[in-house]
Amino acid sequence: MAATPQLQLRCCAASGCRSAGSAALQAALLAARDQLGGAAEAVTIKPVGCLRLCGRGPLVALDRRGGDGQEPSAGSTELYAELTPEQAPALLAAATGLGEAPTAQRLDPAHPFFALQKPVVLEGCGVVNPESIDDALAHGTYAQLRRVLLECTPEQVRDQVKRSGLRGRGGAGYPSGLKWDTVALQPPGPRYVVCNADEGDPGAFMDRSVLESDPHRLIEGMAIAAYAVGAEQGYVYVRAEYPLAIERLRLALRQARGKGLLGSGIAGSSFNLRLEVRVGAGAYVCGEETALLASIQGQRGTPRPRPPYPAQKGLWDAPTLINNVETLTSIPVILREGGDWYASIGTEGSKGTKVFALSGAVANTGLVEVPMGTTLRTVVQTIGGGVPGADGPDGGVKAVQTGGPSGGCIPAHLLDTPVDYESLKALGSMMGSGGLVVMGETTSMPEVARHFMRFSVNESCGKCVPCRAGTVQLAHLLDRFVERRATLADLERLEELCTMVGATSLCGLGQAAPNPVLSTLRYFRQEYQAACRDPDQCEPLDACVLQEVTR
Amino acid sequence: MSVHTLTVDGMEVAVPEGATLLDAVRAAGVELPTLCHLDGLSPVGACRLCLVEMETSGHLQPACATAAGEGMAVLTQTPQLQHYRRMAVELFFAEGNHVCAFCVANGNCELQDVAVAVGMDHSRFPYQYPNRRVDASHPRFAIDHHRCILCTRCVRVCDEIEGAHVWDVANRGGECSIIAGLDQPWGEVQACTSCGKCVDVCPTGAIFRKDDTTAEKEANRERPQLLRSAREQHQWQNQ
Ligand SMILES: Cc1cc2nc3c(=O)[nH]c(=O)nc-3n(C[C@H](O)[C@H](O)[C@H](O)COP(=O)(O)O)c2cc1C
Ligand code: SF4
Ligand code: SF4
Ligand code: FES
Repeated sequence: MAATPQLQLRCCAASGCRSAGSAALQAALLAARDQLGGAAEAVTIKPVGCLRLCGRGPLVALDRRGGDGQEPSAGSTELYAELTPEQAPALLAAATGLGEAPTAQRLDPAHPFFALQKPVVLEGCGVVNPESIDDALAHGTYAQLRRVLLECTPEQVRDQVKRSGLRGRGGAGYPSGLKWDTVALQPPGPRYVVCNADEGDPGAFMDRSVLESDPHRLIEGMAIAAYAVGAEQGYVYVRAEYPLAIERLRLALRQARGKGLLGSGIAGSSFNLRLEVRVGAGAYVCGEETALLASIQGQRGTPRPRPPYPAQKGLWDAPTLINNVETLTSIPVILREGGDWYASIGTEGSKGTKVFALSGAVANTGLVEVPMGTTLRTVVQTIGGGVPGADGPDGGVKAVQTGGPSGGCIPAHLLDTPVDYESLKALGSMMGSGGLVVMGETTSMPEVARHFMRFSVNESCGKCVPCRAGTVQLAHLLDRFVERRATLADLERLEELCTMVGATSLCGLGQAAPNPVLSTLRYFRQEYQAACRDPDQCEPLDACVLQEVTR
Repeated sequence: MSVHTLTVDGMEVAVPEGATLLDAVRAAGVELPTLCHLDGLSPVGACRLCLVEMETSGHLQPACATAAGEGMAVLTQTPQLQHYRRMAVELFFAEGNHVCAFCVANGNCELQDVAVAVGMDHSRFPYQYPNRRVDASHPRFAIDHHRCILCTRCVRVCDEIEGAHVWDVANRGGECSIIAGLDQPWGEVQACTSCGKCVDVCPTGAIFRKDDTTAEKEANRERPQLLRSAREQHQWQNQ
């Protein structure tokens, strides 16, 4: 067939760009196409998921592909940002060679923000239409589920997951293959599979992006997981604050049932699976696995002591596999390319890629997927572009917060740390689910610590006393530092109470609540000392950041 | 019946399968403070007073809610544990309004007992003086939320033993409170059978009989266990 170039406009229809007006833009593009007619009529306009640079939405990608329907290569794709509906006709005209493209809006796809990303989990994100199962199928979704059901035993599937070295992306980094084995090897009886899409960390939007951009891939991953552990019933637990994600997920589930990819005798095999959405009321603690399971059962979302772990006793006391969205979404690719392929990406202890939600004082905010072991400097300065308007060796960065209210602040001088589970933990922070908040030089660290402590005060479920009452006392102590009326005795008490709350709380929320305080104390202790009223006992003057206190 | 042997502070003990670490600690004759736990009710592991250290891993586990296992070795009295327990009791006192001098439970209060046991004579944390409610709408009993430590014994005894499920926990964090029915005045909750089990199990003076005044509350904290063994093992108190 003669090669008339095919033109396609991919319009981001995920939450970030929607809030920047992508729906109006897409409507304007459709109207402009009708109006222009002629060559413009051949332009496909397709809603897709996140195109990554959320901070500059609405984003549109323009693909010029050869007539043979090939996937667009990087060179033939143009990317436009911050478009207004008024610019829609100009964009279409430019696409068809009839006018000048709005160059001010044009982004460079070779910019490190795009070029250094390695899409594995986000492979279909920004490519497929999240509301069309036909488009997902055309891009290969569900092929691994079909293949696995026909060709592999559950053991073989688990073996690939073990070989991949995949670790849980929900924060703790527990080896997924091991967890799957634990569930599969429980005594015979019903089992459940649960996807944790609660994503309560402030600054995190990776899971939401996946749900909004490529829900079928998650469903495929969950179905494979269910097959591998012998579950016939599963739940996706999503917070109610994610209405678009819930809508698209529900639609995707209906479409998958309609195609026989969920339900009884999936894809001609004897495997059955029912998947349902459970909407949580948006409590951070309901991301904790035992609280989440209680919530699914209709009970109050409070954690319970472990052991027994959910893999042994979960939903209705049956063995239950619970994994994060990103963990499960990695599964289809792992099975397609093989566990060894996945294990070749990343570092010794942390394999594969990690999706980060980059936000805060950084030029390029958005969704970033990079191989594990990429340094924080690469993520924050090269990809993120550093703090806007600042320069210097660390690009105006004072610290990077990872792991949300359970994590810590990593100071600029440690930016060369590779992002992997162990390195971040060694620095007193943690991987968490992937929120990465950049802080500029004017940020006050006791204020940051208080901000997160107040979050923990509000989100504590109130079951155990160290967290319920301890975080309240910690927040009051931090008030004294922020208001600069603390004493050195307060500093001692702060550390003592942090240790106690961390050591004795029932669940990860309380255990990790002191981390933002402890990590800022570790790297920015002088700011706490400078806030104390006995300046005589303060560090020597040059170590004091807040000079006036030492006068 | 299979038996697990383990050590508690270096002492060997044997407990039947299904026993908790708390059973093992008691079998070793060691005193361990508890507040949320009550024999006969399901464990919740909420007050964290019974935390013990697993000798090999160094992990802290609530003895009341952890199954005893063969070969375990637990420590109950490390200086660190004692320090944490004292701080936990301080936090309990600081978060409520506990004025022992005119409390119905003075002299018969487990919070008081625990404070004595861990050597807490004052709280280094500022008192929060929360503004809580008193509900005296029930004809015979009342609940004074200022004295509630949120142990949820009342919730569990009413649900698990009486089967009436009058009590629940509402809200989150420091705002948590025990509610009757759907957060109604207790006296209006028709499910309440007025059995008084919640009065019996409440460790403090939070739930009390209206006839009792200062230091007159007598609790009957063995009641859940007695009822449970009567029902499940057909063992009666007078046998
Ligand atoms: C307070 C708290 C909040 C959590 N929130 C989430 C969450 O939003 N999403 C998530 O996947 N895991 C969350 N987790 C971790 C889960 O408990 C659990 O470890 C995880 O879902 C397991 O999945 P993975 O093995 O795939 O990581 C949270 C844990 C704690 C203690
Ligand atoms: S640590 Fe906090 S959130 Fe977790 S059980 Fe205790 S009170 Fe609830
Ligand atoms: S009212 Fe008494 S029994 Fe109920 S939670 Fe409060 S202290 Fe515990
Ligand atoms: S008695 Fe064990 S945690 Fe309260």
